[in-house]
Amino acid sequence: MDFEFTPEQEAMRKEFEDFCKEEAKNAPEGWKASPAGEEESAEGWAYHRSVVQKLVKRGWLCLPWPKEYGGQGYGPVEQIIFQEVTAYHRIPAVPMHFMAVAAAILTYGTDEQKKDWLPRMARAEICWTELLSEPDAGSDLASLKTTAVLDGDDYVFNGQKIWTSGAHHADHLFILARTDPDPSKRHRGLSFFVDKIHGPGLEFRPLIYMNGSHLYNETFLDNFRVPKQNMIGEVNRGWYAMMAARNFARANILMQARGKRDLEDLIEYCNQTQDNGEILSRKPIIRQRLAEFAIDYDASLKFAYYVGWLQSQGDDVAGEAAACGYFANELNLRLGNFALEIMGLYGTLKQGSKWAPLLGKFQNLCQWNCGLSLAGGTTEVRKNVIAWQGLKLPRN
Amino acid sequence: MDLNFNEEQEMLRKVARDFLAEEFPKKLVREMEDDPTGFQPDVWKKMAELGWMGLVIPEEYGGSGSNFMDLFVLLEETGRACLIAPFFSTAMCTFLLMDIGNDDQKRKFLPKIANGELILALALTEPSARYDASGIATRALPSENGYVINGTKLFVQDAQVADYLICAANTDPSLPPEKSITTFMVDAKSPGIRITPLPTMADDKQNELTFENVIVPSENILGELNGGWPPVSKLLERAAIAKCAEMIGGAHWTIENSITYAKDRVQYGRPIGSFQILQHYLAEMWTEVAHAKRLVYYAVWLLQQGLACTKEVAMAKASMSEVYMRCTHFGVRIHGGIGTTRDHDMGLYYRRAKHAACLFGNPEFWREKIACEIGL
Repeated sequence: MDFEFTPEQEAMRKEFEDFCKEEAKNAPEGWKASPAGEEESAEGWAYHRSVVQKLVKRGWLCLPWPKEYGGQGYGPVEQIIFQEVTAYHRIPAVPMHFMAVAAAILTYGTDEQKKDWLPRMARAEICWTELLSEPDAGSDLASLKTTAVLDGDDYVFNGQKIWTSGAHHADHLFILARTDPDPSKRHRGLSFFVDKIHGPGLEFRPLIYMNGSHLYNETFLDNFRVPKQNMIGEVNRGWYAMMAARNFARANILMQARGKRDLEDLIEYCNQTQDNGEILSRKPIIRQRLAEFAIDYDASLKFAYYVGWLQSQGDDVAGEAAACGYFANELNLRLGNFALEIMGLYGTLKQGSKWAPLLGKFQNLCQWNCGLSLAGGTTEVRKNVIAWQGLKLPRN
Repeated sequence: MDLNFNEEQEMLRKVARDFLAEEFPKKLVREMEDDPTGFQPDVWKKMAELGWMGLVIPEEYGGSGSNFMDLFVLLEETGRACLIAPFFSTAMCTFLLMDIGNDDQKRKFLPKIANGELILALALTEPSARYDASGIATRALPSENGYVINGTKLFVQDAQVADYLICAANTDPSLPPEKSITTFMVDAKSPGIRITPLPTMADDKQNELTFENVIVPSENILGELNGGWPPVSKLLERAAIAKCAEMIGGAHWTIENSITYAKDRVQYGRPIGSFQILQHYLAEMWTEVAHAKRLVYYAVWLLQQGLACTKEVAMAKASMSEVYMRCTHFGVRIHGGIGTTRDHDMGLYYRRAKHAACLFGNPEFWREKIACEIGL
């Protein structure tokens, strides 16, 4: 066993860190109060876009893509190093959905589609939004009902989507829809498309998150047309393009690295804050709890590298990735709750109050983490994946 | 980066698993639990023949010069098999001997340890049951024949069959505790040593030792006079991590057997393993163990290279202890009533987990160390 990174990987990490430390200085005021700052203000979004442009220049936006499409050809471990450093320094780095769409196109796109889409993506000319979930198809995505019917050279879409994250900033969309009307076909009747956002027939309505932020939308498709050459993969085989997209994102360390930084903030808070005349960090119960969190964050970071390393060895990591994801999500939820517990009433204050500890970050996290632990697979669904795919337990 | 065991280690694992299945079945574990010596000379001899006792001993002293990670693999398997034998105790004492023993001591003891002739036990903890220097009240006073030891040691595992005890004693109370401890190789048959078995929930052969004017010759001082605590402290870290190996082995057994049981056991007309609540228990057990293992293996890797790793050891031991206790508890739940009986093996692991969590620093002890390390 050897945990050492290669000298090249160490050098990359150093380069990423230098960049991120410098870039963190450009963050808008109050940036650290939210894990989704780019979605919460115009300044946040502008900051995100400026960072993305710099990543393009450095060739870091698409580290794991093949070189011929503008990537660097690195493996999952290097990608995780990049994610870890950017997330730890709270740099809004790779745009939402970027890697997922790229993976679908890289795996199932035609040569023509790759040449068309990937270089533009590598230059950060495209902002994506996702049209996957529906009001009646959440965890059970394969039951989705939005239809895509061929009419001449276009597919015509009708239906409703939900959780269309970032649509209000996006200029392009990817969508999974039913191309075989027989509902019993389930995931074998779905196709995957990409296109620019264009009217008519497409309407987004904001779906405001519990903390007042606008990240999600509802989408209504009413005879929305997409050219048939924008289908990725074969007809009725879109599920597999979706899976490829998900597979690419399996080795993920964003949540762990963010949480570790939040824990460090909380430790600092406990070192500086008195409760009834006693510094919080002197209280044995708080020391014990914070040590517990430190353990779990280190474990979750190490496990994320393990998943990435297994993937770099060509292993199927469905179970491991599900474990990695739910463990980190639940950990972040617990940390937010614990922070509020020890901050008491102060912890409930929002950014803007001079009394709000750490700019009201943890009350915001408590709310965001609820949703972030559902997105891309709930904890319960992830445990199902572990049980069925990892442990081979019977489904029925 | 290579985050799995290598081929030789997997081979060692396979040999160990097969050997233990054959030579140390659960029936024998039961017998040894009830046996006051907890010792099977035949099995011990075969273990020595397989080279287990000499695994980490350098070749020049009759061992095979393997590393800590290799031993770790072996300990995962002894933990999985619930082996009752003075293997762990002897291995830990061997490390101390290799770390601070002089040439004469190494020549005298190591070859005999390697061939299975000598069994060692670590006499460290006392009625304070603490793993720090101030917890050691046993005194060793110089005399014309060497040193005279007086005091009481508690939780000395395997002392009942040991040939030598490594005893930590205070040799100068005027100094701070960390600078006044000396370690001695004490012949276990020395006059003045009384051994009383301590019945524990794990039936793992713990003892109370009283030292009453026990004379130890000067040449049996291990390491420097008053310089014993730093190496003992290092040994404590090593032992804590080695204990994690046993816990990992036990956790693997628990998960595998709980899955098998859940697939076989039928209630309400279907295998209970098809019920989502049990699937989620198993998913959590597997996930938590998989995460804790990453901390443990990382600490082993650091330790093996002699790098500073107090925080990492602390995280590994605290985490693995908690996770193993939860894992075995869920194991019992999945097995239902039968898992709570003395007849079934599940309870054996449950009992072991509780006890292992306390050995070489309980989670609370290690978390306080972490708190200091993370700037609290």
